[in-house]
Amino acid sequence: MAYASFRELLAAAHKHGTLGRAALAREAEETGTSPAAVMERMGASLAVMEGAIAEGLADTSRSRSGLVGGDAALLVSATPRVVDAATRDAIAAAIAVAEVNARMGRIVAAPTGGASGVVPGVLTVVARRVEADRDETVLALLAAAALGGVIAARAFLSGAAGGCQAEIGSAAAMAALGATELAGGPPRAAGNAAAFALQGQLGLVCDPVGGLVEVPCVARNATGTAVALVAVELALAGACFPIPLDEVVDAMSHVGRSLPPSLRETAVGGLAGTPTARALAAQPDRPADRCTEA
Amino acid sequence: MTRQRSLFEIIGPVMVGPSSSHTAGACRLGGLARAILGGTPCAARLTLHGSFAKTGRGHGTDRALVAGLLGYAPDDVRLKDALELAEGEGLAALAIDEADLGDVHPNTARLELTDAQGREWVVQGSSLGGGDVEVTLVDDFPVQLTGELPALVVVHHDQPGVVAAVTARLAADVINIAGMQVSREQRGARALMVIETDEPVPDEVAASLAALEGVAEVRRIPAV
Repeated sequence: MAYASFRELLAAAHKHGTLGRAALAREAEETGTSPAAVMERMGASLAVMEGAIAEGLADTSRSRSGLVGGDAALLVSATPRVVDAATRDAIAAAIAVAEVNARMGRIVAAPTGGASGVVPGVLTVVARRVEADRDETVLALLAAAALGGVIAARAFLSGAAGGCQAEIGSAAAMAALGATELAGGPPRAAGNAAAFALQGQLGLVCDPVGGLVEVPCVARNATGTAVALVAVELALAGACFPIPLDEVVDAMSHVGRSLPPSLRETAVGGLAGTPTARALAAQPDRPADRCTEA
Repeated sequence: MTRQRSLFEIIGPVMVGPSSSHTAGACRLGGLARAILGGTPCAARLTLHGSFAKTGRGHGTDRALVAGLLGYAPDDVRLKDALELAEGEGLAALAIDEADLGDVHPNTARLELTDAQGREWVVQGSSLGGGDVEVTLVDDFPVQLTGELPALVVVHHDQPGVVAAVTARLAADVINIAGMQVSREQRGARALMVIETDEPVPDEVAASLAALEGVAEVRRIPAV
């Protein structure tokens, strides 16, 4: 069984040295595979993530519906004017993967297809920034997955069950945890980063325009990535979110169960219910205008 | 609130987007139907229900189901072009429509398929989320087939001793049965066994099962 609480994962991290090593040990034990085989398999997933980033950054085409596509390429073609280059790169990578997903390309669900950009966006850029080696990056992915297991055990990971907070919110928390460890933060700080990331997205609803994993999903991968980066910075600086991570996850579960069905992937409420969304959904082949009027 | 079996179900699966339920799950469902047929169907009529009908095309559910029928895995990039590739792969006649299939899971599809021998099959199933699927109907028989374990689908005649003969044959080869369902059209008529096993059933065992008295057809469904 996966770790059922961050508390339990943290205790194992103290035994094994890091969250990533604790995740690796449990996975190897549970599935009866060698740690080396687990590392190799997650390494292969990392390679798929990197492939999706490269593909998405280079592809300016739109999805079949015409609703999304090309924003990752736009981001990297311009000089960042407000955030630094690393932050811009992380946001662009997250959008790139989400756009590949929308175009029916190959991605790694993390934890879902709709939220598949956040973890690769955050981890690949932080890995480059801190000059982490491949094994360290793979261990950070395993740590992130272990937190995803905790969230699955205590709450949920799907928009239909708990809204977007369960998908992008969980992805941002997972990414923040992995990235903090990757940057040399101790396990407790990594948990803090996850708490900072998840609290920032509590209540986020799942409201896909036309029921497609496109609007706002692609954009939410970018904003979720930014939230994760902020959370990592806070935690590495030593800031402490006063509610423990397990309780933040439980709060996410309560909030998710309080959300009406119209805000849980049914494409009825939220952005999906706006006049423009309804018009787009009625004419799925009409390419969306980039930015029309305010 | 589910305890995952593996971290690769959290970061993973590797899949063609956009949706684990509407795309990857649909592909696995098509793959299970293909295994029940024992190969690529030459004709298929797919009926999409509920959320599959409402947002399925935008999620490529139609393409994913066909990709599964063609034997493509959920992470095979050909999934996107499955409708265009179908004819070249031997699936000559393909029809896709939408209908209300009644009180079933929102992500349900009914596949009416014709195999290479001209035998017609009905396979109905649902995508339960996260890529997990369940075949709920084979022909007129209610079943519960998830693809988590290898399975045998045995069409047989409802008569005393057939179930015992099949399970005895498996026991003789030290193949452990993890789960088993038996259903029949009516007493003494056509019946169906679904047997989930801990290990895949070897060729010669499947052949000897097919030769048993009262057994009409044996299909091996790999874990997918």
